[in-house]
Amino acid sequence: MTAFFDIKRYSISDGPGIRITIFFKGCPLSCPWCHNPEGISARKQKMYTAKKCIGCRACVDNCPAGALSLSGAGIRMDNSRCTLCGTCAAVCPAKAMELSGTEYSVDYLVNEIEKETVFMDQSQGGVTFCGGEPLMHPGALLELLRRCGERGIHRAVDTTLFARPETVREVMEETDLFLVDLKLMDAVKHRFYCGVSNELILSNLRMVTAAGKETIVRIPLIEGVNADEANISRSAGFLSSLPWEPKTVHLLPYHDIAAGKHEKLGTTCNPASIPMATPPAGTLERCLSIFRAHNINASVGG
Amino acid sequence: MHTITAQRAPGSAANFAPPAEANVFGMNERIKRLRKESFDAQPSLSIERALIETAFYRENEGKYPIPVLRALNFLEICRRKTIYIGKDELIVGERGPTPKAVPTFPELTCHSADDLRVLNTRELQRYAISPEDIRAYEREVIPYWNGRTQRERIFGHVPDTWRALYEAGVFTEFMEQRAPGHTALDGKIYRCGLLDLKKRIAGELEKSDFMNDPEATDKQEELTAMSISCDAAILFAERHAALAGEMALAEKDPVRAAELRKIAEVCRRVPAHAPRTFWEAIQMYWFVHLGTITELNGWDAMNPGHLDQHLIPFYKEELARGSLTRDEAKELLCCFWIKVNNHPAPPKVGITAKESGTYNDFTNINIGGVKPDGADGVNELSFLMLEVTEELQLLQPGNSIHISSRTPERFLLAGCKVIRQGHGYPSVFNTDIYIQELMRQGKSLQDAREGGCSGCIEAGAFGKEAYLLTGYLNVPKIVELTLNNGYDPLSGKLVSIQTGDPRGFKDYPELYAAFLCQLRYVTDQKIRVSNYIDRMFAKYAPATFLSLFIDDCIARGKDYYNCGPRYNTTYIQCTGLGTVTDSLAALKKHVFEDKTFTIDRILNAVAANFEGDEALRQTILNRTPFFGNDDAYADEIALQVYADLFNAIDGKPNTKGETFHLNMLSTTCHVYFGKVTGATPNGRLAGLAISDGTSPSHGADTHGPSAVIKSLGKLDQVKSGGTLLNLRFLPSLLKREADVAKLAALIRSYFALGGHHVQFNIVDAATLLAAQESPENYRDLLVRMAGYSDYFNDMNADLQADIIARTENQAF
Repeated sequence: MTAFFDIKRYSISDGPGIRITIFFKGCPLSCPWCHNPEGISARKQKMYTAKKCIGCRACVDNCPAGALSLSGAGIRMDNSRCTLCGTCAAVCPAKAMELSGTEYSVDYLVNEIEKETVFMDQSQGGVTFCGGEPLMHPGALLELLRRCGERGIHRAVDTTLFARPETVREVMEETDLFLVDLKLMDAVKHRFYCGVSNELILSNLRMVTAAGKETIVRIPLIEGVNADEANISRSAGFLSSLPWEPKTVHLLPYHDIAAGKHEKLGTTCNPASIPMATPPAGTLERCLSIFRAHNINASVGG
Repeated sequence: MHTITAQRAPGSAANFAPPAEANVFGMNERIKRLRKESFDAQPSLSIERALIETAFYRENEGKYPIPVLRALNFLEICRRKTIYIGKDELIVGERGPTPKAVPTFPELTCHSADDLRVLNTRELQRYAISPEDIRAYEREVIPYWNGRTQRERIFGHVPDTWRALYEAGVFTEFMEQRAPGHTALDGKIYRCGLLDLKKRIAGELEKSDFMNDPEATDKQEELTAMSISCDAAILFAERHAALAGEMALAEKDPVRAAELRKIAEVCRRVPAHAPRTFWEAIQMYWFVHLGTITELNGWDAMNPGHLDQHLIPFYKEELARGSLTRDEAKELLCCFWIKVNNHPAPPKVGITAKESGTYNDFTNINIGGVKPDGADGVNELSFLMLEVTEELQLLQPGNSIHISSRTPERFLLAGCKVIRQGHGYPSVFNTDIYIQELMRQGKSLQDAREGGCSGCIEAGAFGKEAYLLTGYLNVPKIVELTLNNGYDPLSGKLVSIQTGDPRGFKDYPELYAAFLCQLRYVTDQKIRVSNYIDRMFAKYAPATFLSLFIDDCIARGKDYYNCGPRYNTTYIQCTGLGTVTDSLAALKKHVFEDKTFTIDRILNAVAANFEGDEALRQTILNRTPFFGNDDAYADEIALQVYADLFNAIDGKPNTKGETFHLNMLSTTCHVYFGKVTGATPNGRLAGLAISDGTSPSHGADTHGPSAVIKSLGKLDQVKSGGTLLNLRFLPSLLKREADVAKLAALIRSYFALGGHHVQFNIVDAATLLAAQESPENYRDLLVRMAGYSDYFNDMNADLQADIIARTENQAF
């Protein structure tokens, strides 16, 4: 089964109306600015919140691998011994130790999605599948999309489009709206920052828009990475060349918010120390005007 | 998603925003000055009413039948009290000698000198009073009323069984220091003046049938008293006219002199005659309002009801005629809003002060809704009133938007934009559901449509019903009594019936059956005394002025407190549904099903306030299905508790041929109840607030507002007389226009599921700081981040600091 790391109800920033957002775990990209770092690895991961720990030793005493010990600073983990069996999370009374990555059945998720239909009806909302990268799990994704489609539920897929074109084509048939994350136009830079080239992403985006699918392009705007005029002009030029209506771009200004999650995961936030900053208001204005000059509806947030 | 009380600092507790922060855009100089004056005034006690009344009673008690004595007393107050017309005012009249000066009502509760000193010095809800006035009160007022007050009559009667429960904090008693009120007006005062009512009364008096009607004497006394009450209010208005006339003569500014002459003209017209203009209509209502809160200190002051619908004919007619502009109408509405703000709640002492610790006197202006014929009731004034509310930012009056399936979306959106300002107003009511509530209780369709919600959330047939709230029921405390076999663990005293030691209960149904026995015993005790108090007011404190405005008091020749109204209902307000549900869920799951813990271990942990067993408490907090998460396990328990509260209360007879019903609200009483309730099995620590209204327990709802709404939507709310839901949002969740539309959709969704009421707490930075201090009470705090939302508590300290800083800087 596929692993998920979150289900968010009253989601109001992942597409139109009130939505429920389902987070797939696992992503082929590894952007250092990712605000959901627990979504990058497809494997389960322990997440430990020291301030919640009451020092009861339940996890230490129950760990079959003997990978845990209690120190003055909380639980210490020996990851070489850990088998990710999840016992520690199951016995922790305070939810200080949690396991990110739960295998939900499609039936379970459809039931959760249907709980929100009254809100979707009143707001023209729906469900959004995001991640991680939902296209990494085409089997589960397609089944979910089909089942939601049968129920008349509006389906959005929030994706990097880094997937085989056949997969994208199949998913496209069952999707009402694509929210496509576009980061950088330069292929080399894209590989440097995100770990993969952007060629597949750009060609898939061309395919999706050519098929007439409603698409919103979302650009995480990071000062020092992609907020420069060259990248934005190139993005705007590329996007305006697509056979795409209405041309809609949402700029999502970067905020340094992932540190807390990295702390819980025990991973290093921005290990290569790439300079990243929140773009100042002036940058946002400049970017907006570039897009608008290309006849693209651009706005901040969304 | 609930309110943490005391969001405001004591210094500003009498108001909302300080003047400098007010949105003064659109507010003219007069309104700015009046608002500042109202804002700056320190609530104080005036002993004037008590002195006049005491002198009157010394002279006259025993000379007249009680209704007539009460009416003459009211006349005497209207004849002698200080008349105040402030600089700049257009709408005139104060209950006390100056703005925010509140009289006392010694015939109900006579404050001791110590009470007065406490009121003068306490930190919260202070009422200033001078040492000279306290001495005068001791000399003139207290000696006379000693042994004669309503409160003494009541406490002289109540049985020990009731008193034990009351003192343990199982319920409160509303009528111990204030009179029953809880009503709102329909449109009749805009169609007929008090002289018209006097004619009607005279007609009824002529019909007196002493030959055949054994009640003819009582009716004659009551109708005579009503007629005197009309004279009193007319006299009160004429004194304002006279003063305004004198002030006009002395006024050097010709513009103000003309205004004063106009005030005099208006006060000669109303309330004696029906109003002809927008100005007269507002002044008419204000004199009626002042009369009812001067006659007695009824709960929830007074309420104009559907004010936008009442005033629209005057507005339209005058606009067409050219005698009024939109700006002038707005200015008059502002003057009226400020008048209401000038009238803090009468001071309470002891438990009653704790249960309702606020200056707010709960005038709740209904905006929108439907007309008596069922058509949409929204008009231009509905929007204008929202504008006034948004700009003035005052504590009072409260106001609410009333949404039916016919209400236009643009009105709901306009209301949501005011909600976004973060003052908790307007609250939002579901017109279609409260019409059903009222009709279930036997109101006609038209009377139900003319009804609405007054006070906090209580539904009533405006202008036709006495719907008396009698006090709050601490349902979590009843769970505590069940778990302690009738003993109150805080005092060690046996205060209720003994339903067995729960350590011997073999299953959950046995535990629940014991809870049910306790619940029935407690509600019966409460109802028994409420019925006694009901008669006390009918006999000793008739409201002969208020009775004029509620159908069919005149036609029946009976008082508001004594079956005069067309409908006579009585309520008990149940609190703590979330705390009770979660406590029962914890016991059911962990003791009887999963057997995670023995009942002995949980009871010991609860008795020790969880000290030494934090692992148990954390397990309960994190591994129990709690109410408010759209979780069937917890929600079914809530449904059962709600159904049994209904069965224990609804249909019990009151003294007026009708019955008791239940409301689900707490105002601020959940804080007092929390203080008198030990730790509860849901992991709540001793002394902390219980859950408010029908909201989930503090921090129990972790799946967002839509899950809360789904849980609440499972309750058959039509069977109540109102429920209360607080939802907490951060301003950033409502930043974009699209977010406001989504809020509107959230409201429509709740109402589609049958919700009665919802209000929004748009949290400020102070709350976020408190959330950092005690995160477990704020687990549900949803924060809008860049492009997505998260729970505040899941963020690290730095990020929290960032959010706090951002919130503070946010400007809409």
